[in-house]
Amino acid sequence: MNVWDWNFAGQIIPALLNGLRITLIATVLGSLIAFVLGLVLAILGRGPRPVRIVVRAIVEFIRSTPLLVQVYFLFFVLPAFGVVLPALTVGVLALGVHYATYTSEVYRAGIDAVPRGQWEAATALSLPRTRVWTGVVLPQAIPRVMPALGNYVISMFKETPLLIGIGVLDIVGQVREVGGQSFRYVEAYTLAGLLFLLLSYPASLAVRRLERRRAVR
Amino acid sequence: MDNLGTFLSVLSQGLPFTIIATVAGILLTIVLSFVAGLALMSSSKTVRVISRIYVEGLRGTSEVVQLFWIFFALPVLVGFQIVPLWAGILVLGLNHGAYGAEIVRGAVQSVPRAQVEGAIALSMTPAQRMCRVILPQAVVEMLPSFNNLFIQLLKSTALLSFVSINEITRQAQQVLVPRFNPQAFQIFLLLLVMYLIMSLVITAIMRTLERVAAARVGRKPSARSRSQATGAGIA
Repeated sequence: MNVWDWNFAGQIIPALLNGLRITLIATVLGSLIAFVLGLVLAILGRGPRPVRIVVRAIVEFIRSTPLLVQVYFLFFVLPAFGVVLPALTVGVLALGVHYATYTSEVYRAGIDAVPRGQWEAATALSLPRTRVWTGVVLPQAIPRVMPALGNYVISMFKETPLLIGIGVLDIVGQVREVGGQSFRYVEAYTLAGLLFLLLSYPASLAVRRLERRRAVR
Repeated sequence: MDNLGTFLSVLSQGLPFTIIATVAGILLTIVLSFVAGLALMSSSKTVRVISRIYVEGLRGTSEVVQLFWIFFALPVLVGFQIVPLWAGILVLGLNHGAYGAEIVRGAVQSVPRAQVEGAIALSMTPAQRMCRVILPQAVVEMLPSFNNLFIQLLKSTALLSFVSINEITRQAQQVLVPRFNPQAFQIFLLLLVMYLIMSLVITAIMRTLERVAAARVGRKPSARSRSQATGAGIA
């Protein structure tokens, strides 16, 4: 038996692409949740003291525990409350919530970096609270945090394979099935790894370029 | 809460695996971080290229893929199977070592140039310069980032449940949940709390080390290095 069979490697490609579709769906939807929820958490984190403490505690708890366990938690516990969702939806929710705790820190740093004078000027103009956020603070904070958010999207992309724990057939889930049928794992997992590298390496180079360009300004 | 005793005893059977994997993974991570991190700054181009390939290759491919690769593909290539726990530790160390290498490089490069020039002026050898001037200062900068990295590593040990290592996540998901399905909420909450406690222990140890390392170079732990502990540079 050859170690590497090009023919078989070619046969895996359709499965890889099928899995890639699921991986990308999970990453994109998970990132959207993380972007929105993270911003909500960051703004709540600047609220009154009791709110701030509760938000901090939740963020710390989620950040300090494994995403895989949180995925299982949602998958097994939600049905007990009568919420039965498809595995991919559960996975997207877990990814989104987990990464929201990271993006909230990113937003927090970005908001802190907006000069005090901007807040004072907005108050002096007696802008309403929502206008201060949407018109003054966030337009300055968000461009600054884009590279950091980009890093977390890449890191989420690489973490989606743990959704195989609840039966989602992403890239790794697909090649595991194909590899298992024929007991040829070398091609399956090598190609899966290369596919991840092929997509995440250029993406992280792009983020680094963005970071440098921001640093110059 | 019924069955709490059962839950605790079943989960704690997995605890040695989680702890061994975490501690051994951290040790391997430290070694690889320093070797690869210093190699990234080597004057030899070959050494730089090799370490760059290691760092980008392991950061760019998914950790789950690396785990499956070592478990299912490597035995075909080398003809024998590594003991599962060791293979797991190897993946944890290799993967997090690649992230750690960038931490080491960043911290060493952040040491002010004048420190190196001063050491040269005192006619220290390159080894003395590194061990007695640069690294003691760089380590202070590294520790908050390593704290984050080690917590990431602890969290990654849950992935070992995919390859039949009976650590605590597998104990919960394979042993407890099938038997006590209606109590899944309690089981997983307990599991999450166990991870939380372990990560608090890691943070406590690292904070102590930060103080010791800062005191050794005559500083207090800086507020700046504290704020770096909030997860920059994960990807």
